[in-house]
Amino acid sequence: MFQYEKPDNAKMIKVGINGKDWSVPEGLTMIQAMWYTGHEVIHGIGCLGGVCGACAAVYRMPGDFHLHNALACQTLVKENMAFSLIPSFPSQRADYKIETIADTKEELFKLYPESATCRNCNACTEVCPQGIDVRDAVWRSVFGDFKGVTEGTMSCVMCGLCVSRCIAEMAPHEIALYARRAYGSQELKFPDNLLHRMEKIQSGDFDAELSRLLSLSPEMLKSECEVK
Amino acid sequence: MSPDQKESLPLYANLPNFITDEPPALTSEQRMALLNRYYPDYRPEGKTTLRVGANRGNVVPEEIANILETRSRLLHPEKVERPSAPDADVDLLIIGGGGAGITAALFAKETGASVLVATKLRIGDSNTVMAEGGIQVALGDDDSPAQHLKDAYRGGHFTGDTELLSVLVREGPEVISWLVKKGVLFDRDAHGNLALRKGGGTTRPRLISAKDYTGLELVRVLKEDLLNSGIPIWAFSPAVELLEGPDSSCAGAVLLDVDSGKFKWVKARAVMLATGGTGRLHIGGFATSNHFGATGDGLGMAYRMGAPLLHMESFQYHPTGVIYPSEMAGMLITEAVRGAGARLYNKDGKRFVNELETRDVVASAIIRECSEGRGVRTGAGHFGVYLDLSAIDREMGEGTVARRFPNILKLMSKHDVDCSTHPILVYPTLHYQNGGISADKEGRTPIDHLYVAGETTGGLHGKNRLMGNSLLEVLVFGHRVGLSAAKAGMSRKPFSWQEVGFGHVERFEQALDSEFHGVVRPEGPLLFPDYRRNTSGDSA
Repeated sequence: MFQYEKPDNAKMIKVGINGKDWSVPEGLTMIQAMWYTGHEVIHGIGCLGGVCGACAAVYRMPGDFHLHNALACQTLVKENMAFSLIPSFPSQRADYKIETIADTKEELFKLYPESATCRNCNACTEVCPQGIDVRDAVWRSVFGDFKGVTEGTMSCVMCGLCVSRCIAEMAPHEIALYARRAYGSQELKFPDNLLHRMEKIQSGDFDAELSRLLSLSPEMLKSECEVK
Repeated sequence: MSPDQKESLPLYANLPNFITDEPPALTSEQRMALLNRYYPDYRPEGKTTLRVGANRGNVVPEEIANILETRSRLLHPEKVERPSAPDADVDLLIIGGGGAGITAALFAKETGASVLVATKLRIGDSNTVMAEGGIQVALGDDDSPAQHLKDAYRGGHFTGDTELLSVLVREGPEVISWLVKKGVLFDRDAHGNLALRKGGGTTRPRLISAKDYTGLELVRVLKEDLLNSGIPIWAFSPAVELLEGPDSSCAGAVLLDVDSGKFKWVKARAVMLATGGTGRLHIGGFATSNHFGATGDGLGMAYRMGAPLLHMESFQYHPTGVIYPSEMAGMLITEAVRGAGARLYNKDGKRFVNELETRDVVASAIIRECSEGRGVRTGAGHFGVYLDLSAIDREMGEGTVARRFPNILKLMSKHDVDCSTHPILVYPTLHYQNGGISADKEGRTPIDHLYVAGETTGGLHGKNRLMGNSLLEVLVFGHRVGLSAAKAGMSRKPFSWQEVGFGHVERFEQALDSEFHGVVRPEGPLLFPDYRRNTSGDSA
């Protein structure tokens, strides 16, 4: 079932996986390279589609002091790359009910007091595999610009790599989630079209038509459903 | 495109001229003929007849038979020691931590029931988190729950369960309201209303979305609430067998802790299966858009207990899965891009199907083009057709792709394709299990105290599902079934741990013995696909 077989003409490259050197064909993602070399990966795989954040990874290239980051299901291995998965990184998560908070901006400092201690090192932004300006989102949270946080962080996959690098030891992805929820729940107006539709449903406006459809014979229902 | 990119992606060096002329419209008869000839469900190859169980005699894909007619992982006594008391004893055990399981757990908790959630990977690892396009909910002035029902019933080729559909369309707005209050950020129009867009096979704009991160946005929020709810969560603990109680009822499950390799025994007064789909079985050799755990574990466990399945021959092959670059094979390009104006072209640069036909029709047309020599060959020897998003920016304004489909743009750019200006090469990908375990509108199966919700159930969609109806399903039925299963568990007559056992497994094994006469059957549930190379890797 979809095991990877090396194409005849594939160039073999050297990669380091969790501290051990291997030879794998070019053109594989990090996860595929782990399968190719016989690793069973359970912690570290989720959606295989770049949205679940299970496969956070760090890597280095020879001669380059920079620590690079990646989602391992989306990133191709390169010659002499050395990488490790970081399938989970512990972080503090606040317990709250967003609908019941009176002042969401003030509450941030009770739930996440460390959010105000950002030292501007920008390591969170540099490590983010989604390219989010994480430092900016932390500052916008602190200043109460939850709309700005929302616009900047919708692509967050909650992988937690930002937590691994933060010298103020905060969890920026959790702080941003709080800010987005506060914005959606309290700052945006409850949508009129949804409100009106719920009122009509609750007053039974649609019940007769639904009951009528359910009472039709299959043939009658079918003919009603045909697009004229 | 940079010169570099051309070199690494040779298929983009010689694009045909795209001719935008519309393809001719299909009549109902032409549509059915196309499906019968090319859609994988209707093809004879790779199918087999079930010999054991409630669906004996039904023709299904071989891959499905191989998860239904299976040996239990438990009937190796040397491996299994049954404890004198269960590891947990609860009103409701929810198996599965995707959209349906999380929603059910949050509502079940409100009834005062004791709830345990077990999940194969982490909470939220599911097909729900991957859903890009949106949720169907009838909010437009010219729209109604009845219209929604009609579209869904027609989209399912008149095979869906109309009673289940009526629940789906009626309760949709309420559950969306629950999400909005939690701060789920659906896209808004200029007046602050939920923005409504059109999906394939519908007569009204009815899709609400959170850019192309709809599933991710739902899961981020609901997962946080579940983790904060105090409900115990056993992650990396897939179920491997249901337990049988008095009168052939369901009475719990055996879980496998994948890290310790130990079994965990749960006595439960009600069990809810929310184990999701089957894409990772790669039915018919198709790539899949599904998450790593989508191996249909719940189907096999319920089937062993005698639960009947519906439409298990019916799967959704989403027309636009990436086929090149090949390392991305199977990844989905949401149907919403076609709603926004993206076009399909064959290797001659001609359109060959109206892009807003239902998914099965579009998929069949792509398979037809590729099998009749009008597909584009990739370096790996696969075939696909062009999906061109550039029309979206041309017709709806520069930057529309970036604004509405940032995730696709980002993922493709990691593989050196700028999809706002260059086509994506696509081929159908195994996306959704249309059928599944039969249940009523409270999620009750014919097995006493066994409940189901989400993709593992069958009936609602019939033999084809329209975009946006499955996210609505996991929410509406997660809500309903979470409540009804919790109440059923709390009010159940007490029974003892000694009354709990594996009678159903023994009966099923005997049926396998008498039907297969020593032919080896695979063990089930599968739990994980295995993509490791057969030979061991070469250490450098």
